[in-house]
Amino acid sequence: MELTTVWFCLIAVLWIGYFVLEGFDFGVGMLLPMLARDDRERRVMINTIGPVWDGNEVWLLTAIGATFAAFPEWYATLISGFYVPVFLILIALIVRGVAFEYRHQRPSVTWAGWWDRAVIFGSYVPAFLWGVAFANIVRGVPIDADFEFTGTVLTLLNPYGLLGGLVTLSLFVTHGALFIALKTDGEIRGRARALALRLGVVAAVLGVVFMFWTQALTGNLGTAVLFVVAAPALVGGLGAAYVGREGVAFTGTFLAIGLVVAGIFVGLFPDVMPSSTDLANSLTTTNAAASPYTLKLMTIVAAVFAPIVVGYQAWTYWIFRKRISIHHIPAAH
Amino acid sequence: MDSVLELARWQFGIVTVYHFLFVPLTVGLTMLVAVLETIWLRTKNPEWLRLTKFFAKLFLINFALGVVTGIVQEFQFGMTWSDYSRFVGDVFGAPLAIEALLAFFLESTFLGLWIFGWDKLPRALHNACMWIVHLGTLASSWFILAANSWMQHPVGYRFNEITGRAELTDFWAVMFNKVQLGTFPHVILAAYLTSAAFMIGILGWLYLRRPGENNAERPMYRRGMVLAAWIMVFSGVGVAVSGDIQGKIMTEVQPMKMAAAEALWETSESCAPFSVLTIGTRDGKHEKWALEVPCVLSFLGTGTFDGKVEGIYDLQEQYRETYGSTPGETYYSSGDYTPNIPVTYWTFRWMMGLGVVGTLVGLAVLWLTRRGRTPTGLVGRFLPALAISAPVMVLLGNSMGWIFTEMGRQPWVVFGVLTTAQGVSPGVEPWEVWMSLIGFTLLYAVLAVIEVGLLMKYVKKGPDPFVEPPSPTLRGSDSDADEPMNFAY
Repeated sequence: MELTTVWFCLIAVLWIGYFVLEGFDFGVGMLLPMLARDDRERRVMINTIGPVWDGNEVWLLTAIGATFAAFPEWYATLISGFYVPVFLILIALIVRGVAFEYRHQRPSVTWAGWWDRAVIFGSYVPAFLWGVAFANIVRGVPIDADFEFTGTVLTLLNPYGLLGGLVTLSLFVTHGALFIALKTDGEIRGRARALALRLGVVAAVLGVVFMFWTQALTGNLGTAVLFVVAAPALVGGLGAAYVGREGVAFTGTFLAIGLVVAGIFVGLFPDVMPSSTDLANSLTTTNAAASPYTLKLMTIVAAVFAPIVVGYQAWTYWIFRKRISIHHIPAAH
Repeated sequence: MDSVLELARWQFGIVTVYHFLFVPLTVGLTMLVAVLETIWLRTKNPEWLRLTKFFAKLFLINFALGVVTGIVQEFQFGMTWSDYSRFVGDVFGAPLAIEALLAFFLESTFLGLWIFGWDKLPRALHNACMWIVHLGTLASSWFILAANSWMQHPVGYRFNEITGRAELTDFWAVMFNKVQLGTFPHVILAAYLTSAAFMIGILGWLYLRRPGENNAERPMYRRGMVLAAWIMVFSGVGVAVSGDIQGKIMTEVQPMKMAAAEALWETSESCAPFSVLTIGTRDGKHEKWALEVPCVLSFLGTGTFDGKVEGIYDLQEQYRETYGSTPGETYYSSGDYTPNIPVTYWTFRWMMGLGVVGTLVGLAVLWLTRRGRTPTGLVGRFLPALAISAPVMVLLGNSMGWIFTEMGRQPWVVFGVLTTAQGVSPGVEPWEVWMSLIGFTLLYAVLAVIEVGLLMKYVKKGPDPFVEPPSPTLRGSDSDADEPMNFAY
């Protein structure tokens, strides 16, 4: 396989890792006002993701860094072209990350309330905008012969882009509800499960429409297979939630999100950012790629270190595998 | 100020300098917290655990901002400097990606284990987690400084005529760039200096405030303070030595930057004077009054007292010959290869001055508290203020160092290869850059106020009373099914 193809796959894997992992911690953040009845329950929710959210976010930083290194043209066009959504996502991630660390630092309801708003805002905005961004990449955006994005922020707000945003939003929030059901005990666990079922139906409907539309836009046999598996993974997950098998249910949304993202990338290949102005201006895995030397170097580094990273991240999840409930929450500092 | 270039430079500068307020403290404090915990494990003296937890709490408040402002850094090259990204991505992207894979994952994952794992990991393993976090911060610094050093002194690449960009040819040359070999120790030692100054400021203030109260706590504050003072003195000397080495390397690879640092307009064939202070005109071209030490600049730049140091005028002519006498078309709009002299001159002085004076505080603390002494009277009242001034001075010194390094390279973004003007995003609108400039600056200002407020709250409170940490239960959850978590958000 060409190294450019290898890196296309690796970047796809990094985005899949990012969405399946940070997807659930975005979901937990979005559910804060819907699921928790008091501050203690909010703290239970936040602590389910406490030890892992930061590690999850590094998948994004690695995906962006890898894009910069392996496909500099893609990185440059994407980030400068999507300036406004990128700015909003950054603001969201900033306030969200600070909120987790600072929320418990003062025993004041007002203080905690403001940081809760920061978590909620910081989870909704990227959960929605990442979907908008990827749907637009799939659909194609105006790119000129110099590989410059020539559209505006309004270009991105087309029906397919907005649907993409709603799909990631609804999938992540379902994913988050199932994560809470899996990681907590007590009343909140039952409520999370019930809410996951209702949210899951919405996600399933939006997801199926999105998959058909995507199939029509960029579909091939590969995407069809992935989408055909993604749908039952999601529905099966919801069924498992219904009968109280939370581990299986969470695996279901985990797979569904992974498969949808995989489908997006398979549909995209060999483009990385198709141009809607003129297909000749499309960025592809070859014309956006770094030099063979850089790709080779990066391949060696990734081959050695990526398994180690996956290993210790998995170990962290194992260390913090215990369910938590309101009894486990110590008094505020 | 309405050109995208000017706006983008301000935006990048503000966001990056702000980020760098937290980074040295993070790097240094991971080391200090790991050291404190190790001392506790060795001595079993509860005081060290109290200090570990106290500084860990302050560290985490600081770390949160370091992380979130760091996310912005990775996107900024693409946002406002897309042509720069296209041109250098092949070389510059690799260290950035490797930084994420090797360092960020390590830091975030093992810090999570450290924070939440007091009751889940055996003591030595728990301590090892913080050492791993520290290694992560060092690795992170290595890769990002290698990327920056490449911009200061591009090596290990070739210009590809067909693709029109710089392409990596030798990764190891980039990793062990001579500028990098000077910069890395300088920045890391400055980080240790920063964290030690932070510790001395806080413990010095706690030690001497309200004399008569907290007597029982004093031995603990004293011990921590003395530890910090020693680290401060050693790292301060290291910063000076590595800075001197770095200056000599810089004189070789970017003579203009060092000439600008000294506002040395005319080439000095031998015995160039070091300017301590100069009052000049605002464009920096004419001096009104100067205080100079003869021959010292020659020594700083070349290692001998009669070494030749090139002046700005000569360098400007050389650069015009090398890079084009009418560079307006291809390079910099004005054809001027001189950086902003007043900025480079003063940031260079402030960097050194603040670093030296900050380090002297460590020495003063060691002297004043020697052999169990507690300063009383005027000195006793003065010392807390002095101690608190140390971290402020060092933090400012760090910022000045970066502003000097980056401004001194102008008009180049990659020295001798790509100008800053060429690197800016061509498709970005002024309003977009205004939006991010104002948005980030305002948000950062609010977060700075909150962070300082939180730090002050916990500093005033002092270290929490000693509580024996729960015995770790690696195997699982049955025995402590309903015990509260040892740490929770």
